Amino acid sequence: MLKITDLVKRYGSGEPVLKNLDLTVEGETVVSVIGSSGAGKSTLLRCINRLVEPTSGSIVLNGAELTKLRGRELRMARRRIGMVFQSFNLVDRLTVMENVMSGRLGYLSTWAAVSRRYPKEDIRRAFELMERVGIAHYADNRADGLSGGERQRVGVVRALMQQPEILLADEPTASLDPKTSEQIMQLLRDLAGELKLPVLINIHNVTEAKQYTDRIVGMRYGRIIFDDAPAALTEDAMEAIYSGSPAADRAGAGLKEAS
Amino acid sequence: MSLQDTLRDPAPATPGMAHLRDDWSRFSPRQKMQRWVVMLLCALAIAWSISSIEVIWAWVWDAPQQMGDLFGRMYPPDASNLAAILRVLLDTVNIATVATAIAVVVSLPVALLAAQNTTPNRATLWLGRFILVSSRSINTIIWALLFVAIFGPGAVAGIVAIMFRSIGFVGKLLGEAIEEIDKRPVEALEATGATRFKVILYAIVPQVMPTFWAVAILRWDINLRESTVLGLVGAGGIGIILQGAIDTFRWPEVATILLAIVALVILGEIVSAWLRRRIL
Repeated sequence: MLKITDLVKRYGSGEPVLKNLDLTVEGETVVSVIGSSGAGKSTLLRCINRLVEPTSGSIVLNGAELTKLRGRELRMARRRIGMVFQSFNLVDRLTVMENVMSGRLGYLSTWAAVSRRYPKEDIRRAFELMERVGIAHYADNRADGLSGGERQRVGVVRALMQQPEILLADEPTASLDPKTSEQIMQLLRDLAGELKLPVLINIHNVTEAKQYTDRIVGMRYGRIIFDDAPAALTEDAMEAIYSGSPAADRAGAGLKEAS
Repeated sequence: MSLQDTLRDPAPATPGMAHLRDDWSRFSPRQKMQRWVVMLLCALAIAWSISSIEVIWAWVWDAPQQMGDLFGRMYPPDASNLAAILRVLLDTVNIATVATAIAVVVSLPVALLAAQNTTPNRATLWLGRFILVSSRSINTIIWALLFVAIFGPGAVAGIVAIMFRSIGFVGKLLGEAIEEIDKRPVEALEATGATRFKVILYAIVPQVMPTFWAVAILRWDINLRESTVLGLVGAGGIGIILQGAIDTFRWPEVATILLAIVALVILGEIVSAWLRRRIL
């Protein structure tokens, strides 16, 4: 269970990007976070695995407080949080297998990482997952030789290799064509069920959010203003999330969010 | 007459186009003056430089004749000492190769220290930069003079000298490559809970490998040429017998040595071009 309480993130001295935000994700639900660019979606996700340092508030994952961790403890916590990125963030010059195995870096000994002599059970798990998403035959290909959809599958497998307790996906389909995009959403949805994993997905495509997720969280300028089942996302709610907002609301705050 | 006027009142197609401008110059008279003054100042600076270095003009005008004379004495090249020349030529190649290999290995950690995004803290950043600057600002020959004093004459001094100069060169270029990498994979691997070292290993090293090999080959090519002059200060290689031959006026042998050096440099060029094609 992920429990976020009173989370604030402020860059510099400006208006906070996240304003006293509360969010709880339980069990194996697939939650989508929607909102216009600059609403703070990416910042929220990155606060959870501390790629972005929260200003204040608390984030608890399965009983462990994440916001105060340092050094080795932080790395141990990050191992349990998988992340999928908009631009895949693969290492182009490494093979698909090496990219997949980089999800195990938090567990591997330095020597195993240097020499690429991975433990048998890791290799088995890698092939299992690659087989599951249909990229096993690319194991020895360089990552930059794959198409967008295939690259994102590598990204998903890399995150799952961590044996995470939660999966974060930051606009995982924004760089993909509509058809591939749906395939990736379906894959995330299916994997969440198979691996009993809660998934938090930032997404711009509301249709896909409605179709593939159990719960929709709508953000506007650092606040959660909608949190309900997809069916409850009415035109009015959409309007509130995406409409032009009062100048006070906008005032510099949202614009600083890293996309 | 302004452009608008010209357009509004087009010239008659028949004779008398006199009201259209037919004079134009790129620079105004004032700009022309400025340009002449700048050119004059440059000419004065050059004239002053030449006069202050005390050129003995008789020797300059004499040069073509001297050149002919020297060629006459060098021709035909004397190859009787060829076996010894080839042996020291091989030494020269070895000095360059060993020095490049060591320098490339040593420069890796230095580059990591000197790159903003991999250095552990400010102190290490400045340490890295200090190593690079001090290595680069001292010429190989001066390093060689220093190490001949320390190690005594011979190949060891040459190897260390070339190594010291190369660390700065390779480290600097590699450090810049590290600063220019795509940061997104780095972020992704940090998110997996990998240590700093493993992130460097998996996300940064693969990205700088092409630069690493290109720089290593380029530096080997440069070192090959630099190692031919090391002997002039007693630091091993073909320069030693070159100097010996010049000092004893054995010009035909000098010719052979120079030809051997040219052949070596061309060969080095070919080998490095081939390596570049194969590796990159």
